[in-house]
Amino acid sequence: MTITSENVEGGPPSPEGGGTGDVILRTEGITKRFGAVVALRGVDMYLNRGEVLGLVGDNGTGKSTFVKILCGFHRPDSGRIFLEGEEVHFRSVTDARAHGIETVYQDLALVPQLTVYQNLFLNRELTFFGKVGWVSNRRMRKLAEEYLDDIKVDVPDIDADVEMLSGGQRQAIAVARATRLNAKILLLDEPLAAMGAKESALIIDLVKELRNRGVSMIVIDHNYTHLFELCDRVNVIQQGTIAYDQLVRETSVEALTELMVSEYRRQVMAGQAELAR
Amino acid sequence: MAQATLATEGESPGAPAPPSGAERGHAPLSLLRLLIQRREMTVIVVTVLVIIYFSYRNSNFYSVANIITLVQYFAPIAVIGAGETLVIVLAEIDLSAGAVYLTAPWFVYLLWSGGLPLGWAIAVALACCVVIGFLNGMIAVGLGVSSLIVTLATNYALFGLVLVVSNATQVDMPGVTGHFGIVFGIGDWSTILWALGIVAVAWALLKRTRFGVHITATGGNLLGAAESGIPVRRVKVWCFMLIAFASAFAGILDAIRIESINPGNSGLDIVLPGIVAAVIGGTVLTGGRGTIVGTLIGALFLGVLEDGFNMIGVSANWFYLAEGVSILVAMAVNTELGKLAARTKR
Repeated sequence: MTITSENVEGGPPSPEGGGTGDVILRTEGITKRFGAVVALRGVDMYLNRGEVLGLVGDNGTGKSTFVKILCGFHRPDSGRIFLEGEEVHFRSVTDARAHGIETVYQDLALVPQLTVYQNLFLNRELTFFGKVGWVSNRRMRKLAEEYLDDIKVDVPDIDADVEMLSGGQRQAIAVARATRLNAKILLLDEPLAAMGAKESALIIDLVKELRNRGVSMIVIDHNYTHLFELCDRVNVIQQGTIAYDQLVRETSVEALTELMVSEYRRQVMAGQAELAR
Repeated sequence: MAQATLATEGESPGAPAPPSGAERGHAPLSLLRLLIQRREMTVIVVTVLVIIYFSYRNSNFYSVANIITLVQYFAPIAVIGAGETLVIVLAEIDLSAGAVYLTAPWFVYLLWSGGLPLGWAIAVALACCVVIGFLNGMIAVGLGVSSLIVTLATNYALFGLVLVVSNATQVDMPGVTGHFGIVFGIGDWSTILWALGIVAVAWALLKRTRFGVHITATGGNLLGAAESGIPVRRVKVWCFMLIAFASAFAGILDAIRIESINPGNSGLDIVLPGIVAAVIGGTVLTGGRGTIVGTLIGALFLGVLEDGFNMIGVSANWFYLAEGVSILVAMAVNTELGKLAARTKR
């Protein structure tokens, strides 16, 4: 029945669910630009062990870029990442994963033409001989079936191609893939996007279950109600930097909404001033 | 433990009726369903129909002599088609494979006449062709240029290179004597056995290895594969090297079989049947789906067509017209059978 890490160090999360106060992941001055577009202009962030951190911000503020730097997909232009106090330089997604960081991407990163079990084991295929070896389909199939049963994800057929599945089932497969191996840190980029109420419930319950098991998580979501249900702390990214950092129990949906709206007004006014000049 | 259950049946509108428990794992497949659902089956049916037609028109169709002729048409198409299947599953294409096939024996000839022992000449020639494949892949992936254009350019460049080094003159191929010649091309069954071996390796690679899963993933969802940590660029470059190696090898065998090399042939005439074989066999040009077995049958179909038209005495003038129409009809039948398969699957 392992979804998550049993070997996560540190005690269980504090009763308030605020993590242990022991920082597991920290960034310093992360910047990233794509051509002329500056995506991130110095992100300082920390994540406590066992904590669920919500990351919000308007579209195009760099949330997904930041997550893709944390998981090794992009390399930052400058800035440093510390994992459990040690500075790390992720060379690839595989490298970050070896450090215990798993990701559920916004686009799910599933291959429609591969089966459910092949997707669950994508780039982690079990083989008979060595790294570029003969795949052991039977073993992967069996483990995938057991694991999905375990976390109560019901798919019609483990041999079905993923393109035959519904959106919610695909989402569940993507989350299941990221949680199958004992991750220390789980990054979820809009895990509830475009899901029905019933399907969202599965993912929300999965995240809560993982939190109870002490997995540290960063969740991107636009739905504040979901965030307040899932998270211990929330960070707002504005203009490529973290503008706001508050414990969920010390803030409210209204306060966050107000913050976003005032930022929007400020931008509009800045735009008008720019035009006036 | 997460308590919610993702109900699969009845939840999405228009979902099929809930399958019974017995059907959930492996539905009992009738022979007909198996026939329709396996991607390769449709092309097998079409090929068998064509074989029946030709054998009805000419009773010598089944003679050993004819079958030897047939497999010699079929072997290079199968090898290049198998290579193309890997590349097409990646959502790429290689139009230079035919030119590589034609250029490789020239490399052998030049190295051999320059004093290298024949075995070494062949090994170095193969290595040169792998480098050509490497460059195809690196330029396509590195510069982000469509592989269609990159490999078309390579095709013409190699054609020109052969014309320059050969001075546009035909020469005799070395290596046509003794056991060596019999094993590498001269023997009646040599080219087909080598071809089947290469096709078997390609099949195993695509269907049974980690690398093959990564090929499908790269072609099926490029970004998703990269996000999963698959080195998509490296996978692509490797496939361009593999098809170049296979094409070069097939080209050397055929040159030894024919005992001469002619600088005037067009690479596209060689590579296009390989691509047609892959597509007839069920490989999808947009990537992510392909079957080596289907390509093998597709190559057989084209080989039967070429041989059959010769046997029943279609005049050379009519040959290409008949071949073109046959390919169109085969594709149409195949597509319709494929749609039928999709319907029975749901």
